[in-house]
Amino acid sequence: MKAVLTGNESAAWGARLSRPKIVAAYPITPQTTIVEKIADFIANGEMDATMIHVESEHSAMATCISAEATGVRTYTATSSQGLALMHEMLIWAAGARLPIVMSVVNRAFAPPWSIWSDHMDTVAERDTGWLQFYAENNQETLDSVILAYRIAEDRDVLLPAMVTEEAFILSHTVEPVEIPDQGAVDDYLPPLDLPHRLRPGEPVGYGSLMMPDQYMEIRYRMARAMRRARRVEEKAYEDFWDTFGRLYAPVEEYKMDGADVALVIMGSIASTAKDVVDSLRERGRKVGLLRIRTFRPFPAEEVRKALSSMDAVAVLDRSYTFGHLGALATEVRSALYGSSPPIKNYIVGLGGRDVRVRDLEWIVSDIEKVAKEGLDREITWVNLRGGEE
Amino acid sequence: MVKTSLPREEYLISGHFACPGCGAALSMRIALKALGKKAVLSIPACCWAVIPGPFPYRNLEVPLLYTAFEVTGASVSGLSEGFKAMGEDAIVVGWAGDGGTADIGLQSLSAAVERGHDFIYVMYDNEAYMNTGIQRSSATPEYAWTTTTPVGKREFWKKGWKKDMVGIMVAHRIPYAATATPAFPEDMYRKFKKAASIKGPKFIHILSPCPPGWRFPEEKTIEVARKAVLSKVFPLYEVENGRWRVTFKPARFIPVEEYLRMQGRFRYLPEDAVRYVQETVDREWERLLRKEELSKEGPIW
Repeated sequence: MKAVLTGNESAAWGARLSRPKIVAAYPITPQTTIVEKIADFIANGEMDATMIHVESEHSAMATCISAEATGVRTYTATSSQGLALMHEMLIWAAGARLPIVMSVVNRAFAPPWSIWSDHMDTVAERDTGWLQFYAENNQETLDSVILAYRIAEDRDVLLPAMVTEEAFILSHTVEPVEIPDQGAVDDYLPPLDLPHRLRPGEPVGYGSLMMPDQYMEIRYRMARAMRRARRVEEKAYEDFWDTFGRLYAPVEEYKMDGADVALVIMGSIASTAKDVVDSLRERGRKVGLLRIRTFRPFPAEEVRKALSSMDAVAVLDRSYTFGHLGALATEVRSALYGSSPPIKNYIVGLGGRDVRVRDLEWIVSDIEKVAKEGLDREITWVNLRGGEE
Repeated sequence: MVKTSLPREEYLISGHFACPGCGAALSMRIALKALGKKAVLSIPACCWAVIPGPFPYRNLEVPLLYTAFEVTGASVSGLSEGFKAMGEDAIVVGWAGDGGTADIGLQSLSAAVERGHDFIYVMYDNEAYMNTGIQRSSATPEYAWTTTTPVGKREFWKKGWKKDMVGIMVAHRIPYAATATPAFPEDMYRKFKKAASIKGPKFIHILSPCPPGWRFPEEKTIEVARKAVLSKVFPLYEVENGRWRVTFKPARFIPVEEYLRMQGRFRYLPEDAVRYVQETVDREWERLLRKEELSKEGPIW
């Protein structure tokens, strides 16, 4: 069914089609319309789920954790400060190996208050043990919720997953979206079968104190699950292509054939960048785009394959990890270690600042210069008032 | 020797990691006798996160989900709705200390009670952060020594009366709230039975004496708990849909000093402080009796 949906409506549809039984969420701009839409679905009998109106995001995740521990599929959604408040429970969800799926509408942190987009919130949760998928458009926002359940709930993975879409740019902007058929989703996504679910009458204890002679192996198993998620993810994309006819990959190569320089981007800026690449290509400039969809587990091999023969690489971060580079630049650099072309990091679009065609064109020109003359500096903040020191 | 009417079944089996004389271990034993096999526990950071023993040991014959410090209210909400969705018949029990309830966990507990999920929430109250080493909580009684309210030359004792958790719960119009202590096992057993028979949120406040934290010999746990009740420091009562009922009215009260002087944490207490505590518990007892009387006419929230 074709429909015109906002990013948040797309996320809500992704949740509805995945049939979670428990939705626990707390309102925060710009996530609210996801939860409102789900409340409508439930109120109209279109979704068989219980909504738990928790008093905080911390409790939203805690409630999902305990509900999921009984073996039911759960869903929640949040943004920015709400995600940061959840932090403790994000680590708990991953450690308890509960495949909770959450939509995150990327929003900048306060202070100063901002309700607009950047990736700081989800990038800050990179190390919690969650899978992370960054959507480029509303269709991907919807599809990724279904994909996330499929990958997260696989017995080889059993880790939680977050699907991100950028505030307003996607969350409140309409696009034509294909809503998959419920029957097809049911075939693609079997009911959750949690191997370690709690049952009354079966005495077990989950999460007990563990001594130093055992703890490390538990963390190793999580690391192994994250590694295995790579293969599970590939299979999920293959089956998704067969079932729904839309193709996803951990990294998307756009006009990388014959490119001398490449832009590396996560999220919706990739859409603008594709136009920029198209128009520059028409003018004979050899530029390609590598969009990172899966940030965790990081597709290092694919990144290496796509980028190691470039003359220079421009990594755009819509976030910054204070004290060094942007998180994506750090990952790309480490993936290319030993075979690396010059990599320059461009900090763009914090707090919802527009990343315009001319910004991207300037980045391409700048990275072309790096390809010819070598790296002038590791990192630069783009479109900064007053320029950099 | 008086025989109790408690069932023989044990769900707390031998080999627990509690300190000798732990009131919280005794309380769990009695509670599970009442709740039986259908109980599923959610336990946050507290002494009881350690008492079941480290992996792979366990001493409980019911399932147990460990949770973070401040989330017991959220956890029992999720468990309750989750089991309902799975078609499982479970008695969901949150089992948290006074810090995890009256301090860091108050927000999620309040929300869970307001929403009205079906669970029993137990605050086993040892009147300080005992698991981390006797730091004061908002449930620490006035004048008590703790490691963060030390008796020094300038600063001493915990200031301010302890937080009234049953009062807070009753203000939520909770269907059932009660106090209990292991010194009165049959009273505690009956209250857990009753809680299990009522739909919606239930709250049980257990006074759980702590020998190392309160500074009394480990064989005195029951005596200390009994004296807390007999001195009006910890009256036994229940509030069912706003109807207050004192479940044990001592024929003879003891002076509060007898209770206080048994415990090293009150050893520096001057006479005027003892008098203040006596006056306060006397007044609180009268207030409780008035609520019992008045609520015969209609609920008092």
